[in-house]
Amino acid sequence: MISVYYFGAISLILIGLYAVLVKKNLLKILVGLSIMETGVNLLLISIGYVSGRSAPILSEGIGPNQAVDPIPQALVLTAIVIGVATTAMALSAAIILYEKYGTLNVDEIRRLRG
Amino acid sequence: MLKRALAIISLLIIGYWLAQGLAGVPFGQDKMLVGQYYLNHVREQTGAVNAVTAVVVNYRGFDTLGEVTVLFIASTGVGALLWRKKRERTAKTEGSVVLKTGAELLFPFIVLFGAYIFIHGHLTPGGGFPGGATIATAFLLLYMAFVGYEIPHRAFEKVEGVAGMGYVLVGLIGLAIGGYFLFDWIWLTWKWGAENIGRLFSAGFIPVIYTLIGIKVGTELSGIIDNMLKEEVGE
Repeated sequence: MISVYYFGAISLILIGLYAVLVKKNLLKILVGLSIMETGVNLLLISIGYVSGRSAPILSEGIGPNQAVDPIPQALVLTAIVIGVATTAMALSAAIILYEKYGTLNVDEIRRLRG
Repeated sequence: MLKRALAIISLLIIGYWLAQGLAGVPFGQDKMLVGQYYLNHVREQTGAVNAVTAVVVNYRGFDTLGEVTVLFIASTGVGALLWRKKRERTAKTEGSVVLKTGAELLFPFIVLFGAYIFIHGHLTPGGGFPGGATIATAFLLLYMAFVGYEIPHRAFEKVEGVAGMGYVLVGLIGLAIGGYFLFDWIWLTWKWGAENIGRLFSAGFIPVIYTLIGIKVGTELSGIIDNMLKEEVGE
């Protein structure tokens, strides 16, 4: 039986992919991409979990044997920032597309070109 | 309709395939190989108690340098994409009196809390990126509350560049002293702060680098907000 965290992460990835495949509005596609990112980050974090252990901050009562894996958390810290950066770039591209074409519908933008 | 059905069917196949792959990865079991080494040695090798920030800044410092580069390129790219000759803020509705007073009152506290987060990156959860994002939200609050507000551009861009250069400079000093880039010279050569692990003045160069990263991320995200909120105005 698959864990609920894996299931949730896979569902988030699939929901994001569905939005990218089916939706016509550019902003909805970007929302789908963000949801996919969230799913990937959740998957990474839940792979590093060790049941019954606490956060990897070695304070008074928490030794090296009572902490979860720190590496996925570091990776996700990187991935979140990169996600924010790509989202900012994509949003400014969407602003420019709307100013140039007057619509955010992907099909119409494709037709207007050329 | 057909398109949606096809998409759902193929997504279900992909989901089943992913679930099959993940069925071999047990949830909640100890799968650490390198992670256990980091947890066991983080105190004496870096002086930090927060293992995540030690991994981010110290063990995998190149990742963080690349991450800072990505954010810098994104900020530059947003500026380049939205570049116009004459751009100003065209918002017309001023925030209500409650919002304006609240923003003025909250601004120093949010900046203080952001600075707290990135200065204490080696002791508490957080670090440079959350702290910088918190500082950027303070500027976003000012942008939302006041129609005419603009960040001081020249100062912000200079501070951003100087903070990024400071990060590389700390790495280059490590190259000169220890023989490789991003060598933790404050901790491994000087042993500075070795007796007060778990207090503020410890953990080698992690607080220094996280302060620089926090300042850089804060100014960068504020710059992105500024670029996105401005519109072209006719002559």
